[in-house]
Amino acid sequence: MITLKNLHKSYEVGQNKLHVLKGFDLSIEKGELVSIMGSSGSGKSTLLNIIGLLDTYDEGELILDGDLIRNYSDSKLRNLNERKAAHLRNATIGFVFQSFNLISFKNAKENVALPLYYQGVGRKKRNRMAMEFLEKMGLEEWAEHLPNELSGGQKQRIAIARALISKPKIILADEPTGALDSSTSMEVMELFKEINQSGITVIIVTHENDISRETERIIRLKDGLIEKNIKNGFHKSPAEKPKILQTA
Amino acid sequence: MFDIDKWQEIFSTIRKNKLRTILTGFSVAWGIFMLIILLGSGYGLENGVKREFTGDAVNYLSINAGITSMPYKGLSPGRRLRFTNEEKKELGSLEGVDKSSGRSAVWANNTLSYKNEYGNFDIFAVSPDYKFVESLIILNGRYLNKIDEDDYRKVVVLGRLVDEALFKGEDPLGKYIKVSGVPFKVIGTFDDPGGDRDLTRIYIPLSTAQRVFNMGNYVGSILLNLGDADVEESLEMIEVIKQDLSEKMKFDPTDPRAIFVYNSIEQYRTFMNLFSNIRLFIWIIGIGTIIAGIVGVSNIMMIVVKERTKEIGIRKSMGATPWSIISLILQESILITGFAGYIGLVMGVGLLELLSNVLPATDYFANPEVNIQIAVYATLLLVISGALAGFVPARKAASVKPVVALRDE
Ligand SMILES: Nc1ncnc2c1ncn2[C@@H]1O[C@H](COP(=O)(O)OP(=O)(O)OP(=O)(O)O)[C@@H](O)[C@H]1O
Ligand SMILES: [Mg+2]
Repeated sequence: MITLKNLHKSYEVGQNKLHVLKGFDLSIEKGELVSIMGSSGSGKSTLLNIIGLLDTYDEGELILDGDLIRNYSDSKLRNLNERKAAHLRNATIGFVFQSFNLISFKNAKENVALPLYYQGVGRKKRNRMAMEFLEKMGLEEWAEHLPNELSGGQKQRIAIARALISKPKIILADEPTGALDSSTSMEVMELFKEINQSGITVIIVTHENDISRETERIIRLKDGLIEKNIKNGFHKSPAEKPKILQTA
Repeated sequence: MFDIDKWQEIFSTIRKNKLRTILTGFSVAWGIFMLIILLGSGYGLENGVKREFTGDAVNYLSINAGITSMPYKGLSPGRRLRFTNEEKKELGSLEGVDKSSGRSAVWANNTLSYKNEYGNFDIFAVSPDYKFVESLIILNGRYLNKIDEDDYRKVVVLGRLVDEALFKGEDPLGKYIKVSGVPFKVIGTFDDPGGDRDLTRIYIPLSTAQRVFNMGNYVGSILLNLGDADVEESLEMIEVIKQDLSEKMKFDPTDPRAIFVYNSIEQYRTFMNLFSNIRLFIWIIGIGTIIAGIVGVSNIMMIVVKERTKEIGIRKSMGATPWSIISLILQESILITGFAGYIGLVMGVGLLELLSNVLPATDYFANPEVNIQIAVYATLLLVISGALAGFVPARKAASVKPVVALRDE
């Protein structure tokens, strides 16, 4: 589903270059539930943003759902690639951010419906689907509320509903529980597991062991490279596997 | 372009960002409003002054005799000069003179009466060709003609107000009124767009007046129509006239007090120059107002785009294409500036209408009006420049990497 080959990324900081990803290789299969860990500044967000086409990379290869993603900052290909990137972000990827990133002047329902607007879905259908997803999150009563009238957990569940509504193949979550207390964090994590069980590939960046323990694979970054890539035995007994396949 | 969904998206954004909308709208509406008031009052000023000219020819010289102030060929200064029929004839025969006429005010006893109605009015004794100087609108009957003059007929043409005062609605044609006690037959009535002052006059033939009111062969003023002469030609003509008269009437041609000439051609040009200066002034201020409006709108658009950077990042991460972002911002800006411009237009035109109804027309200000086409163009210009002003930052914001836009606080 996702393949990175020898990926490099550096930031320009004044005169200097800060090399963040130093020839990164990674492969994530369809339907995996992966967590990415590592110390602050190790490049987790950078990696996730590149996978999600929110940022560009300098060198190497990124293959997303069978598509080789050329670097869309390449000026010649820029317009074409920008459109293609927009399409992939819309149809293939769903984002969940630590700071929720809800549009402040839109209510919960409108925020959830937004990706469908960019898919060209009609207004009525958009609103109906948004209500459906809010119901799944148990938030139907909050449909007309603005983000600043909601709690962190509620906001994050709205952001998750928004990420799911376009039926993406991949969910990318950058510290989704970073702003939540531990019990709310676990509720949100349950949501991600359910999402994963429906067949969607889920990648979660986190600092919390409680969260990563719930994933199938833990990738630990250090200095722009993979320090450890651990299959998480904890996570699921083989007996549970068929259950995932059933719901998929 | 017309996409209901997009408009709904835009309307919901506008509804939820009222302050921003009001600020943008206000600066546009204000700019257009000021422009219209400006153009309208300039036009009113021009109208007012122009009214002074309406009805009067702008190609004539009016020549009056004065008192000499310089000695000439042994004659001492302080001599009173008076025109006679002879000078009138002489000047009328000069080359370049199209029509000539004389005018004398009858000062004797200017009481007019019809039956038991009396009134004091201005009595003007004129030649038939005087109609080329002060164009009148004949309401009833006719104007003085050559036969009236040649036959010393006692006929009179009445100003509308004189007719109303003496006849009180009765048909005046063919009736006799007494002018300083002498009966004159009414042959016509007239109106004059120049104003009420000109309507309290009556006109009688100059020849008749000279005979009946003991005015000898004297003529008060001589009026010459110069065809389509320009200002330079008219000034040359004045020199010729002075030379000519100086020999006939014995005065120094350089004497400033001997002969007075009112040159309507030059006067007209002066006013036309004044108007074009006023127009230029209004255009400069108008363009300044528009530029201020454009700068205002541009500023607001830049702030708007800056303010929405994070939102743009979110939209892009949801799959918005750069163009959808640009068109969202542009259409919003066009909608707001267009609507606000329209409001400014309506308010400005409304105020002008109100002013022209409430304010009485004076010599300096009448019927303020605005050229709607110009106002509409100005509004369009503001809308387009608002869009352009929004386009540059919108395109920049839309092409920024989503991760950068999202980081914006
Ligand atoms: N836009 C940028 N310009 C310059 N340097 C940057 C930029 N973004 C990130 N960096 C640097 O790149 C490195 C990796 O950043 P990144 O955000 O990927 O870290 P992270 O692993 O997500 O950290 P955290 O756990 O704190 O979120 C850091 O040293 C950071 O300072
Ligand atoms: Mg991070």
